[in-house]
Amino acid sequence: MQRIGVFVCWCGSNIAATVDVEAVSEALKSEPGVVFSTNYQYMCSEAGQNMIKDAIKEHNLTGVVICSCSPRMHEATFRKTVQGAGINPYMVEIANIREQCSWIHKDKQTGTEKAIILGKAAIAKVHLNAPLTAGESPVVKRALVIGGGIAGIQTALDIAEAGFDVDIVETKPTIGGKMTQIDKTFPTLDCAACILTPKMVDCAQNEKIHIYSYSEVTAVKGFVGNFTVSIKKKARYVDTTKCTGCGVCTEKCPVKNVPNEFNLGMNNRRAIYIPFAQAVPKVATIDADYCNMLKNGKCGVCSKVCTAGAIDYKQQDEIIEEKYGAIVAATGFNPIKLDNFDEFAYSQSKDVITSLEFERLTNAAGPTSGQLLRPSDGKHPHTIVFVQCVGSRDTSGCGKPYCSKICCMYTAKHAMLTREKYPDTDVYVFYIDVRTPGKNFDEFYRRAVEDYNVHYIKGMVGKVAPRADGTLDVQASDLISNEQLHISADLVVLAAAIEPDKSARPLATMLTASMDTNDFFTEAHAKLRPVESPTAGVFLSGTCQGPKDIPETVSQASAAAAKVIGLLCKDKLTCNPCVAHSDEMLCNGCSSCEKVCPYGAITYSDKEFRMPDRTTAIRRVAAVNEAVCQGCGACTVACPSGAMDLKGFSNKQIMAEVDAICK
Amino acid sequence: MQGKMIARAKELLQNGTVNRVIGWKAGDFAYDITPAVFSSAEELDAGFVYNDFCGANFSKYLVKESRKEGKILVFLKPCDTYSFNQLTKEHRIIRDNIYVVGVPCDGKTDGETLKLKGITGITGIKTEGDSFVVDTLYGEKTIAKADALPERCLSCKSKKHVAYDELLGEDGEVCESNRFDMVEKLEAMSSEERFAFWRGELSRCIRCNACRNVCPACTCERCVFDNDNSGIAQKAAADSFEENMFHIIRAFHVAGRCTDCGECSRVCPQNIPLHLLNRKFIKDINEFYGEFQAGEDTETRAPLNIFDTEDVEPSIVYEKGGN
Repeated sequence: MQRIGVFVCWCGSNIAATVDVEAVSEALKSEPGVVFSTNYQYMCSEAGQNMIKDAIKEHNLTGVVICSCSPRMHEATFRKTVQGAGINPYMVEIANIREQCSWIHKDKQTGTEKAIILGKAAIAKVHLNAPLTAGESPVVKRALVIGGGIAGIQTALDIAEAGFDVDIVETKPTIGGKMTQIDKTFPTLDCAACILTPKMVDCAQNEKIHIYSYSEVTAVKGFVGNFTVSIKKKARYVDTTKCTGCGVCTEKCPVKNVPNEFNLGMNNRRAIYIPFAQAVPKVATIDADYCNMLKNGKCGVCSKVCTAGAIDYKQQDEIIEEKYGAIVAATGFNPIKLDNFDEFAYSQSKDVITSLEFERLTNAAGPTSGQLLRPSDGKHPHTIVFVQCVGSRDTSGCGKPYCSKICCMYTAKHAMLTREKYPDTDVYVFYIDVRTPGKNFDEFYRRAVEDYNVHYIKGMVGKVAPRADGTLDVQASDLISNEQLHISADLVVLAAAIEPDKSARPLATMLTASMDTNDFFTEAHAKLRPVESPTAGVFLSGTCQGPKDIPETVSQASAAAAKVIGLLCKDKLTCNPCVAHSDEMLCNGCSSCEKVCPYGAITYSDKEFRMPDRTTAIRRVAAVNEAVCQGCGACTVACPSGAMDLKGFSNKQIMAEVDAICK
Repeated sequence: MQGKMIARAKELLQNGTVNRVIGWKAGDFAYDITPAVFSSAEELDAGFVYNDFCGANFSKYLVKESRKEGKILVFLKPCDTYSFNQLTKEHRIIRDNIYVVGVPCDGKTDGETLKLKGITGITGIKTEGDSFVVDTLYGEKTIAKADALPERCLSCKSKKHVAYDELLGEDGEVCESNRFDMVEKLEAMSSEERFAFWRGELSRCIRCNACRNVCPACTCERCVFDNDNSGIAQKAAADSFEENMFHIIRAFHVAGRCTDCGECSRVCPQNIPLHLLNRKFIKDINEFYGEFQAGEDTETRAPLNIFDTEDVEPSIVYEKGGN
């Protein structure tokens, strides 16, 4: 029989306000095996911890139940505490009476009843706890960064700077991400390319960094310190080791009508292309959807003009496998599709564009060489209307409920730059709120309004109607002067909401990392662990975690790198001793566990067993490699005979908890 | 067919391919056909039977038989071969120690069904077209197969052998089956109606364990119901719902591995349609994870033993599973 001590925490008023802690410690006192029960204001404080240690010594406790916050908060703390008093750290059970009780109940009586039940369940479990000892596992000193935008680039550079190898996997033919498409950056208005491309070159030149461009992660196995990742290098039909990036092929290719995604389809490229001049790696890629040679075997021009002999029409997708100690998700964002917002006539008029398209129209490397011209007729627009929050802060279901965070600032930038370059242009900005919290942000916005005379109008545009004369009738409401407006605009720019890249969800599944309802990666703790995923060894960088501007993205990227470096510095990680174990006498040898094990921790072998009547039999049985097992428990539910069980979370322990709850 | 099978079995014993044959022999009554192991030509001549009462699926017998010395010959009907594959896949039978001869099947009836149709004093049976001609003490009786076959044969899922070393007779095709019709009816019921239906059926259970003992998916070294440590083993039911739990737990344990051979319902002395529980799982698996037939081959990973990005989210499983 265990000698169990129960310690009920008030968590200040967090628990005590909706749970009668005195009643809980009193009720649990009479549970079987409980020899000591008390409550205290802050169990996690030094005084609280000392109280536990003293009780262990005084009452010869063999097991401890702490009724407090989630085990994710303080389980590690209390394990250390009891270890300090000489009992095995795995003899502690936490009853979560905060997140799963006091915080969700308003009624004190209900909260108290439930806290008692949760305490009883933990006591029932401790009765079946056994001391466990943790092993160690090695750390592969190499990191993987998924996504090669500014977030991925900064994370990779920082990790490489610390002396660790790091690979970047980027789905596009070049790294650089969305920032390559941006013209100027707020609030300083320096050119995006001028500050980004040196970093791209640094990546390419850094010996510690390897770039897998035009590649995708297809499978992730393993666990913190020991991930095995399959990376598909998509066929680009160009030998990257031979291509010099001279660009002759991209000039000679006869297929000229391929929409250029770099300029968002506003001009065309060839079937063989280099996305832009500063691409890294600067090698050509053949677009298999358009290439005549790949489609029907007729052409071969690029191959003829390539003096390096780099063209290889027979190239195949290649899947490579690499081991990593840490993985950083940096998959970035995209503007949302505007199909749900037809009131703005985006699909009807070429002169209704998104803000990212506006960036391309003002960029020197863009389709108009930086001249702000209307896409429809190539004329200079004189009245421009910017519409903010297109799909952001939208609770109607058409768009996104969250604030995309960057639109206020880039719209101010667009408005200001337009007025600066074309003072004869009237610029209107329609907004719900202007949000400018950030260093020098509000000053920037005020300059747009005060120095550049941009007309900021609080109100939403209701409808944009293309007129026969080529202008756009913008119907809007001005909420401050309470009137309806009609503005005859030459160009309408929509600040479309941003959303996580579509690759993020399947990636999260592969990484077993959690996501929120908007498909942003969830951080381990919203405030205290903002760059870590709840999955150990998986870190978050940039907009895949939530909308961010460039300075914030770069800060987070470096923070993620710091976390990765902290992990890779370690030679060994302490394993989780709560691992699976196979009872050979019950094992059928069916391989179900082996098949579901995500870590490859289970192996089978034929073993000789003594059977009744002095006979022996060879049986196929499972064995768990405890250093590889992560204790996920998939095998225990797959096992038909119950031979697989999880130490620390055995079927019996869980049933005991359920029984205690249902009693 | 019986003659051909005996002849072939003798040849295989004679040439040393196998040292035993698992087949059927007559029991106390003509319809009471029992599995048996034969190890000589004489034994085969004396007792081997193959007729329209030979419903028993031999696959499970091979768990033990294939671990014995030498190779054993087994005659498998198409639906038996699915169980055979499933057991091979789970390493429960040693394939190398087995020689499989596939035999065709047009549905097997049983004494109970015939008795319910008023045919008693059975002494023999043969097939004539779409009917069974039954010899009885009171003369020959003819009954249409549609009236005499159990549900598992009427909604036969396949006449194709998916595992064999050789075939006697022609191989058939996978059938268009209406086997989920009754499941759909149950799904359409309100939860109260459905509960009442199952209570009506399962409350007849006498916990004889016949379903578990015959089930080819139930081959655990030690069944959870026999393991005092599992927490669910019991000798006497604590309350009137406990036998219901037995069947529910068993259905969960065989989910994704059940080939829908229907042996559970065949052997149930209380005529509980146990196969419907398994079919509900099969239907759900098909709907959630794509069509899957357990035992169709020995390689494909079962949907419940695999996790991929195309899997439906648990919320959807819950939503759809709730109907």
